[in-house]
Amino acid sequence: MIAQLNSMPLYLICGGIVAFVAAVCVVFMVRAYKAGIAIGMDPVKLKRTLTSSVTFSILPSVGILLGVIALSGSLGTPWPWLRLSVIGALHYETQVAQAAAEQVGLSTLSASEMTPEAFSTIALLMSVCIMWGMVLSFFFNKGYLKKLSGNTKEKKNGKGGFGDMAMAAMFIGLVSTYIGSYIGGFVSGKGVLTFQGDLTPIIVAFVSALCMAGFIYLAEKKHMEWLESFSIAGSMLVGMLAAILF
Amino acid sequence: MDPKVLEKYDRTTHVIGRTATAITLVLLVGAPFVIGSILGAMPNLSAAAKGFLSVGIIWTVSSVVEFLVYTPMLGAGGGYLAFITGNLINMKIPCAMNAREIAGTHTGTPENEIISTLSIAASSLTTITVLAVGVLLLVPLQPILQSEALQPAFANVVPALFGAMAYQYFRRNIKLACVPLAIMTLLFTFVPSLISQTSIMILPGGAIAIGLAWLAWRRKGANA
Repeated sequence: MIAQLNSMPLYLICGGIVAFVAAVCVVFMVRAYKAGIAIGMDPVKLKRTLTSSVTFSILPSVGILLGVIALSGSLGTPWPWLRLSVIGALHYETQVAQAAAEQVGLSTLSASEMTPEAFSTIALLMSVCIMWGMVLSFFFNKGYLKKLSGNTKEKKNGKGGFGDMAMAAMFIGLVSTYIGSYIGGFVSGKGVLTFQGDLTPIIVAFVSALCMAGFIYLAEKKHMEWLESFSIAGSMLVGMLAAILF
Repeated sequence: MDPKVLEKYDRTTHVIGRTATAITLVLLVGAPFVIGSILGAMPNLSAAAKGFLSVGIIWTVSSVVEFLVYTPMLGAGGGYLAFITGNLINMKIPCAMNAREIAGTHTGTPENEIISTLSIAASSLTTITVLAVGVLLLVPLQPILQSEALQPAFANVVPALFGAMAYQYFRRNIKLACVPLAIMTLLFTFVPSLISQTSIMILPGGAIAIGLAWLAWRRKGANA
């Protein structure tokens, strides 16, 4: 069965969809770059955005590749490759694939138990469960943004709108939630207030933050602005190394 | 700056975004049926429906939260692309916020829309390239990437990312960060079962931070 799941037709189907999505990304990127130039944005700033985004994404992408490898043992390589390249999410795929396998009667997600019907059902369920962000985006992206931009204009009072602060606050809330979950995981992960949980995520986050502080110091105080494009990727790398050393 | 240029850009972004989203949806949902016909067994729709009821509902709720929260952060072009390419929390959102920080753009401006779109497109193409190269080199790469020594590093990509981003954002808003961080820590400590629902808990965490930011903004306005 695994040979069928790794066959050329499956590579062609999945590769074709990945190629289509890559083409969409290129279209959006070229249009945005041209529009930026047309409205007078600094080309250096636009190129720095591209450089920082590429360097930022390399390490998390390698992490996502591990997800493909993990799933390839039971689902073959082409389907996990497609799922994690298009609307997939690392934390989602394994969980849904496992639950879908149980629904089609497999005791666990494994190549030895996989049947053609089980595979096509698991693949359908993996697509359907995560497609709702795209569906909402299709129907409501335009109207939702229009409504928000109307509200922002109304609330501006000459001292600048609340929009910037709200976005920063939302992101602070997001980061606080994750950091809080690492602390909670250590303190109560193996029983409330037992302090027996996993300490590694806290150490990794702390080392990464410390490293980021160093990068920001060099960029702001030593005028090494070029470092900004690599600061997150560099901090992540040091943080992840700390996980190995710890 | 010619407002017509921006108006046309915005209008076309929605047309291309919607078209690309619709085609991707059809391809993604259609692929299991095409693969099923090649393998000689179509998907079992009844099992798929049961599976959706058991695991899909929670992801549907999560998708609604993600759409409501992240679309304003990403703008039109970035929003369409991010929902097509996925991996929002662990990559696209922090990537766009980082690009915005470096470029110094402000929410709701055309510059922010362009920086966000460029950032998400570059990030998505990087992932697609890394995965394509990884799949091509799967045989030699597999033992290295799956080696026991490297496992702790790859298991902690997200803490490494949020550690760095926490310093970047907390240092300028330390007062604002303290309260949601303390509340979420207490919540996860005393209700540890919520740890598995962290992606949903972003909503109350974000709401607390936005509420406090709103109060601070109003106070600043009243004192000015």
